[in-house]
Order: sequence, then C-alpha cells, then structure tokens
Amino acid sequence: MPAVSKGDGMRGLAVFISDIRNCKSKEAEIKRINKELANIRSKFKGDKALDGYSKKKYVCKLLFIFLLGHDIDFGHMEAVNLLSSNRYTEKQIGYLFISVLVNSNSELIRLINNAIKNDLASRNPTFMGLALHCIANVGSREMAEAFAGEIPKILVAGDTMDSVKQSAALCLLRLYRTSPDLVPMGDWTSRVVHLLNDQHLGVVTAATSLITTLAQKNPEEFKTSVSLAVSRLSRIVTSASTDLQDYTYYFVPAPWLSVKLLRLLQCYPPPEDPAVRGRLTECLETILNKAQEPPKSKKVQHSNAKNAVLFEAISLIIHHDSEPNLLVRACNQLGQFLQHRETNLRYLALESMCTLASSEFSHEAVKTHIETVINALKTERDVSVRQRAVDLLYAMCDRSNAQQIVAEMLNYLETADYSIREEIVLKVAILAEKYAVDYTWYVDTILNLIRIAGDYVSEEVWYRVIQIVINRDDVQGYAAKTVFEALQAPACHENLVKVGGYILGEFGNLIAGDPRSSPLIQFNLLHSKFHLCSVPTRALLLSTYIKFVNLFPEIKTTIQDVLRSDSQLKNADVELQQRAVEYLRLSTIASTDILATVLEEMPPFPERESSILAKLKKKKGPGTVTDLEEIKKERSSDMNGSAEPASVNASAVSTPSPSADLLGLGAAPLTNSAPPPSSSGSLLVDVFSDSASAVAPLAPGSDDNFASPDLASSEVVSEEPADTVHDADELFHKFVCKNNGVLFENQLLQIGLKSEFRQNLGRMFIFYGNKTSTQFLNFTPTVICSDDLQSSLNLQTKPVDPTVDGGAQVQQVVNIECVSDFMEAPILNIQFRYGGTFQNLSVKLPITLNKFFQPTEMSSQDFFQRWKQLSNPKQEVQNIFKAKHPMDAEITKAKIIGFGSALLEEVDPNPANFVGAGIIHTKTTQIGCLLRLEPNLQAQMYRLTLRTSKEAVSQRLCELLSEQF
Amino acid sequence: MRGEAGPGAALPGGRRRAESDPTGPGTGPGLGPRTPVPGPGAMMRFMLLFSRQGKLRLQKWYLATADKDKKKMVRELMQVVLARKPKMCSFLEWRDLKVVYKRYASLYFCCAIEGQDNELITLELIHRYVELLDKYFGSVCELDIIFNFEKAYFILDEFVMGGEIQDTSKKSVLKAIEQADLLQEEDESPRSVLEEMGLA
Repeated sequence: MPAVSKGDGMRGLAVFISDIRNCKSKEAEIKRINKELANIRSKFKGDKALDGYSKKKYVCKLLFIFLLGHDIDFGHMEAVNLLSSNRYTEKQIGYLFISVLVNSNSELIRLINNAIKNDLASRNPTFMGLALHCIANVGSREMAEAFAGEIPKILVAGDTMDSVKQSAALCLLRLYRTSPDLVPMGDWTSRVVHLLNDQHLGVVTAATSLITTLAQKNPEEFKTSVSLAVSRLSRIVTSASTDLQDYTYYFVPAPWLSVKLLRLLQCYPPPEDPAVRGRLTECLETILNKAQEPPKSKKVQHSNAKNAVLFEAISLIIHHDSEPNLLVRACNQLGQFLQHRETNLRYLALESMCTLASSEFSHEAVKTHIETVINALKTERDVSVRQRAVDLLYAMCDRSNAQQIVAEMLNYLETADYSIREEIVLKVAILAEKYAVDYTWYVDTILNLIRIAGDYVSEEVWYRVIQIVINRDDVQGYAAKTVFEALQAPACHENLVKVGGYILGEFGNLIAGDPRSSPLIQFNLLHSKFHLCSVPTRALLLSTYIKFVNLFPEIKTTIQDVLRSDSQLKNADVELQQRAVEYLRLSTIASTDILATVLEEMPPFPERESSILAKLKKKKGPGTVTDLEEIKKERSSDMNGSAEPASVNASAVSTPSPSADLLGLGAAPLTNSAPPPSSSGSLLVDVFSDSASAVAPLAPGSDDNFASPDLASSEVVSEEPADTVHDADELFHKFVCKNNGVLFENQLLQIGLKSEFRQNLGRMFIFYGNKTSTQFLNFTPTVICSDDLQSSLNLQTKPVDPTVDGGAQVQQVVNIECVSDFMEAPILNIQFRYGGTFQNLSVKLPITLNKFFQPTEMSSQDFFQRWKQLSNPKQEVQNIFKAKHPMDAEITKAKIIGFGSALLEEVDPNPANFVGAGIIHTKTTQIGCLLRLEPNLQAQMYRLTLRTSKEAVSQRLCELLSEQF
Repeated sequence: MRGEAGPGAALPGGRRRAESDPTGPGTGPGLGPRTPVPGPGAMMRFMLLFSRQGKLRLQKWYLATADKDKKKMVRELMQVVLARKPKMCSFLEWRDLKVVYKRYASLYFCCAIEGQDNELITLELIHRYVELLDKYFGSVCELDIIFNFEKAYFILDEFVMGGEIQDTSKKSVLKAIEQADLLQEEDESPRSVLEEMGLA
C-alpha cells in the first residue's frame, strides 16, 4: 500500500482498494465487492445514525465500486445528505458522487438543487465553486431551469471572486449548450464581453470560451467582442515570454487563451474596421514569423504550444479566406511541416492543408506539394497519417492532376488498410467521374477499382458507372468491349459480373459484330459466371438474358433453353423462379415489336447528385465531405445571414378548405401515378405497370419521364438569384397534359410534381430535391396567387422544414380547390440559402383550368346537337397554328385525354379530326366544353375550336391546348 | 415490384432522404447533430485515464451520456488506442470525434474532442494535467491515482470544467486544491486504525 500523500483521509477506503487489487481473479473481486456492498447497505440501513465521516467514506467506496464498472443502485440519498454538511470534504465527496452518478431521478434533483441553492447563496467561494461544478457536471435541464437565471448575475457581480467568476462562466456555457432556450440574454451580455479586458487571465480564458459559444448563436449581440479579442491577442503575441508569469507555458505566452481568442474570431468575418483588421493581420503575421524563429526550448511542450497557436491562426486565415498573402504563407508553413520529423505535425499539416486546398488563393500553392503527399501515402507508417494524405490528395485534385492522383490512389489501394479501403474506393470513383475528360479513362478506372478492391466497391459505385455509360453514348461501345474483356478473367469479382451483365444487356450489340464477341460468346461468357453468383446478381443476369433475346434473336432458343431448365423454372428462390417463368413466357408469346418496345434501351438517367458522393458523406458523417469551399461559405453565411428573417408569405396560404381531403389521397401512393421509370432497373415494372395506369404509356413521345434529357436545358437559368419568374414555359406546358414530372431543375435544386385532380378538387405533391452535398438553409417555398387568382383558386399549403440536407428531398402538399374558372397560374417562389448565397427563384405552378375537367362520353348526334347550341360567337374560340411537334395521331389522342376531356371516336365525319367533350368543375358552377381539332398534314397546321358556355373558359382552354401540338 | 439492383433511384420521393446517421451517443442538445461542421466553439467530450492493461482509472464525461454507451465507448476506444504503436501520431479520428492521447509511464491519458478543436493544445492540456498531478502527489504514479482517485477528480475539476479549460495557471489550480486540503485537515479528527477498518 503506498503512502497516501495528503489529506490522509480514509484508511478504510485505502484498505478496501488494496483488497480489490489483491484479488487474484475476477470472481474474487466480485465476491469482495458484494461483501462490501452488503456491509455498506447494512450501515446505511442500520439504526445507528452514521456520522458525516462514515457517510463520506462509504459513499466514496460506492463511487470507487462504480468506477470499477459495477452498477450502484443505492447511496444516492446519503450522498445528497453530504451536500448539506458544513464540512468541506464531506460536501466535496457528496458533490463528486452526484456528478459521477446522478441520473434523472427528479426527486433527488430537487434535493440536490436545494443544496446547490444554499451553497450558491453562502458567499463562501469554495462552496460556490463546488456548487457551480456540480451544475456544470450534471448540466441537466432541471438544473438549467433552476439556475440559468442566477448564474449570469454571479458572473457579472462586482464582488464575485475571480475563481468563482471562472466557474460561473463555464457553468453558464455548459447550461447554454444543453438548454440555450433557458439562458436569457440580457444586460449581462455586454458585461461578459468586457471580461475580455479583465486583469485576471484565468477569467479571460473562461470568459472567452463562453463568449465564443454565445457568439455563434447570437453574432450581433457579441459583435463588440471582435475588437476586444484582437487587442487582447495582440497584447499576448507581442509580450515577452516572462510577462504573463504563470500563464506562460514553456516560453509560450498564454497559448490556451491565444487559441481560444483565435477561435472566437472565427465566429466572425474579417473585421470591418481597418484599424482592427490591420492589428489582427499584424498578430497573424507575428505568429507566422515566430514559427520561423529558433525554438526557445528543446522540449516538445514548447513546440506543441507554439504550433497549437500557429495552427489555430492558420484556421482563422483560412476562415477569412481574404488575404492571399497570409494564405500562401500558411501554405508554405504547412509545407515545411509535411516533412517534419514529428508525426503529429505531419498529421496536422496534412489535415490543415485539406482546407487550404479549397481556397482559390492557395489551391495552387497546395498543389505544389503533391509529390510529398504521395510520398506520405507510400511511406507513412501510421494509418491515420496515411488517411490524412488520402484526404488531402482528394482535396487538391483538379483537372490538371486528376489522372496522377487517381493512379496513385489506385496504387495505394492495393496495399491499403482494410479500414480505409471503402472510402478510398468512393473517392477514386468520385474523382474519376468528376474529372473525366475522356470517359474511357473513367470506365477503365472503375473496372480497375473492382479488380483491385471488388469487395469494397459498394452498390452505389457500380450503379453510378452504369448511369454514366447509359447517359453517354460515346462510351457505350468502349464500355461493352472493356467489360467483355474483363470478364474473360477466370476469377472475376461479382461486382464485375453485375456491371458486365448490365452493360452487355444494354450494349452487347455494339460489339456483336466482332466474331470474338459474338452474341453466343457473350452469352456463354456471362452464363459461365451465373452459378457462382449470389441471387441478386443472378436475377440481374436473367434480365440480361431476356434483353439478349431482343438484341440477338439468333440465340433466342439457347436462352429459352436456359430459362426453361429446372434449375431456373423450379428455383427455390421465388424471385429467380418468377423471373425465369415470366421471361420465358415473354420470349415465347411477345412479337418482335412488343419485345423491342418492352426491352428498349434504358432511357438516360436524370442528372443529379452522384449517389457515391451521398454515400461518402454518409460514411464520413455530415459535412466532412462537402466541398470545403461550400462549408466555408456556409459558415460565414450562418454568421452574416442569421439576422435575415425567413419570410413566409402567409398571404398566399388561403383558408383551409375542409373538403380538400375528400380525395382521400393522404400519404398513400397516388393511384394513377406511373412508377418513376428510373426507380427500377427492372424491366417488367416499366413495362407492365405503366400500361395499367392512365396516360403515360399511350404517349411514348410525351416524355413523361424524369429521365427526359432536355431537362438539363433549363439549368442555365439557375444560378443568378433573380426575382423574375423562371419562365420555363416549355416545362410548364408539359404539365398541361400530364400530372407528374420534373417541373424545374438547376444545378442546386430539382422540383418534382405529382398531382391528382377530381372534380373541382386537387392535391399536388411538390418534391424539392437538394442536388448538392450542402444543406439548404431557411428553405422557404411559397405559393403565390395574384389577387385575381385568389378569388378563383383556393390553395392550401403546409410549411416545410427550413433545412434541406444535402442529397435529401422534402415534400410539400398543396391542396387545391377551384372556386371559379381562372386564367393565370399560381407562382411557386422558393427562397433558400445555399452556401453563402441567397437563392430566390420562382416558377409557374402548373395548376391549369383543364385540370378540373371531367370527361363526358357522348354519341355523335348528341355532340353535334350541343355543338350547335353553343353557336353564339362569344362561346367559340378558334385558333389556327403551326404544328410544333410531329403530327402523330396516337400522340395527339393521348394529349387530348391527358388534357382531361373525353376523346370521342367516330363522332366527326372526318376520321382525321379529333373531338373531345368534358365538363369543367368549379365550386360555383360546371361548364360544359366541346373541342375539335382538325389537323392539316400537308400544311403542318392545326385548327382548334373550343366551344363552351363561357367565353373566358373557351379562351383559356384554347390557349392551353394550342401549345400542346 | 422487383428488387433488382438497378442503377438510379426513384423519383419523386425517390431520392432517399439522407438518413440521420448516428453521430455517436455524445451528441448533445445544443450541438445539432446535423451541423455540417462542428462550430468553432468545439469542446472536449470526455477524458479517460487507463492503464496499459486496459484498466480504466478515471473517466470524466462533459456531455450527458448513457451508462451503456459510456461503457461501450470506453471499451472500443481503449482497444483502438492500446493497439497503436509507440511512434504513431497522437491523434486519430474516431467515430465523429478526434481523439488525442498520450502515454505517461503505464498510463494512457486520452481526450475526445470535437471536430474544430485544437489537437496540439489538447495534447498540452493532458501534459498540464499530468504536471498538476505530479506536483500534487510528488512524482505521481498510477497507484497514487488508484488510491486517491477522488483527488485526481478534484484536480481535474479545478482545471477543466464543462469540457473547457478553466485556468491554465499551475499555481492557481494547485492553490485551490491546497486550500481544500487545508479545510480537510481542519475537519478531520484523528481516528484509530481499528475504527477506520470498521472493527471498532
């Protein structure tokens, strides 16, 4: 037993600890502990009242037992009793026990709070200190409720001792972190800021921590701290090493305080006041200069403390991102550290350079260190350092060095630690895509990835390569050839089989001319892998086979034989069995035409955020992957922009209409919405479920896909935060005859729609997709109706979450009621913060009068009878116009049906003409509508005639429909 | 609907909502778990002292954490740190935190800090704590910390509070502890050894 040094207190405790240490086995230890617990329990329960000392001793034993990892379920009451002892040590042990063991037992908390209250009021600084520590340690909401009002007073009171001030500041900080809502801002805040001027450096240190946290949330209120912090910092960095006495640490003046001040300054943009700014720049320069001075001590503590300040200064320089000179100096300094013999410094230099790489001022300077970083990847013995090197290579990558960096990463991957392989795979995949000039390089890189680290290639990576190949026809042939060659390897990774299966199924025909990769050879090659693969891969291969049936009729029978074999048709796996049965059937009964339609080439995938990027983000946790550029912008926008109100235009939200729910759509999937084609790689879904649904399949040309390639064309409009309505008329008009699709898309945001209408009611689901990897803040979509429109159209929207995470999608429901006929379309205005910039865009929301159409079937006789009844010139509107699209009768029919009216066959004596009839439902009235469309193929013209009982309706419907052909 | 793993994701409503990933049990209120970057006011989440044999000697948590999670984190982190070789760097990424550790004789001192916190200054915070222990116990060893664990806690509390350094002056901290000891000595009346051992 060692000599217990000071406060030679509790021998019983020491004996107990010795006993435990002497236990030879875990069992013996547990036995000894149980004996002790029984003893303590009997003491606590015994009739004899325990004196404070014994209580303290037993409570301390319990604490020890707890810290050994055993559960303690009694003794709390005794500990609470100790709090009200007048003896310091008893009180202290009581508080320690509470700090370590307290749970949210509300009854106890009340008692504890009482004791704390007494100690805070005691004016005894030692007791006050204990009480404040306890609050900070527990930090629960109940405590915040009880003390958050009191502590600021203690903090700023003139007669509070310095040590208590320090405790109060940090205690308040702790409560603010837990329950910011309970800490009232007030007069005390300005006095807290002035603690930065305090004589006592301990007080300044504690206060700086508090101010930093408060300033993050309330930048305006604490703005004055900037100049105070700068002058304090300036005094520290220019002081001689002995000036600050005990606050000098191994010849470095107040390193902790310096770091904290520099961090506080990172809550703000560069100071506006030129004097303050100049002084700060001087400070930062001094810190950078000092890094070049010879060390004042050989001790590692000296260099660590000095460099801690240096790194924090560099963080501030990067945060401000405004002084090219400082940025480049910082980069050079870090460059020196890259080759330092201290592993810690190399690690930090790599880490810090990652952020420098995203600044336009220092990106090039960072790039000059590429060889050193690559070397680090090869030679560092510590995986965490190599990890940093990978991160830095990723950050410094651009078009100029992508090939080199990707090659090095692939190289490294062969020997990389298992723990970081998946991440490297993702990074390589992203870089290869992002900087591919030549997509054959991209394809090679991904196939290499699969070869080297197939097990670490996640689904997202191979999905992505397929998306890219499908979207770029220039690379399809090459991809087919390359996967075909890669599949020749006797042992290839299952992921390669997946990619190969998919690509050959789509583009195998592009290489089928070569006798070495004839259809049969392709098929045999794939099928030779079939039995080695897992069920999902086999399922995919079966789809490939049916695609082959379409692509290569000559091997149809071979494939049918395979599908027909028992191992397929009677496969124990339901999915495989079903595919085999269905594909076999499809190949037998479908005509070549149908087969060709069903198995048509996959449409291009919509361009959106790379799924890999999303994956990497998920893996690394939010924020770590996003472009650092973006992060920084966002950080500064948080600071500058938080004062800006998130304006919610309430006026547009009309009164709730109770009838809106009659549709009963709820959150249930809409019945007539075609399943989004891109959701399923599966052919059958695309083919069969569509035909069961309403309009889409009738109109193959109507581009009902989200995959429609021309969507990208609206991209240009995006960036400028314009106030004008995005007159994406083309897209708007597309929605006249359909209800689902993409309404708007730019580089940041995609807006998708799904809607359904019945009689005069409708419901529209608006989907906002964040295409970036950065959060949108203050995201506020508002539906705006002009005054005119407001009386005719009741729109009811629910607010959406103001934060849209990168890659995430939020949904908004608009309930619609048509009160009377209307002309204009409502405007959807969207405002949000992206990075540092405020985005504001508006699009027309395609709620058009024809949505409230109900089709009416009628005979030829009825039609012309009614047609004649509506012969008043005001009731008819006619438009003659040139065809904008190929004049295809089937498409035209589909459009008229999509428009909402019934398509009446065999009504018009001229079979080339189209006639339709329907009723527009509004709340107040119903309006019968008849229409007739006469195409003139020779002239490529149409004549469209609308007759309704209301002139405005005829007019509007004619306008809307004329745009469709 | 078939579950074939095809490229692409569903739309609309199809793009998967970014799942809120488990940011570790330490994510407390006030520090939004989805904050893209932990703010500059990054704090220390916890400090552990453990031996080379993997015995935990001291644990201090600065954010409310469930016991179960604490145990799991301690076990996991000890494993990670003990597996590292002597010349490796003192920092590592672990879960969503940065870990700074240093070994003194048979004891590992290990701090978990948030993303924006300063690694080097944390390393020196550990050193300063060791200095304080050393000064107080007079050439501190693991046994001192085992037998006087409550003192080790008191010293740490004087030095760090709520995950932020309270006072960096060695003198101030030691003065506070010595004052407490004085109070203690005044308190205590001498007792017989037998009484101490519960035999009286």
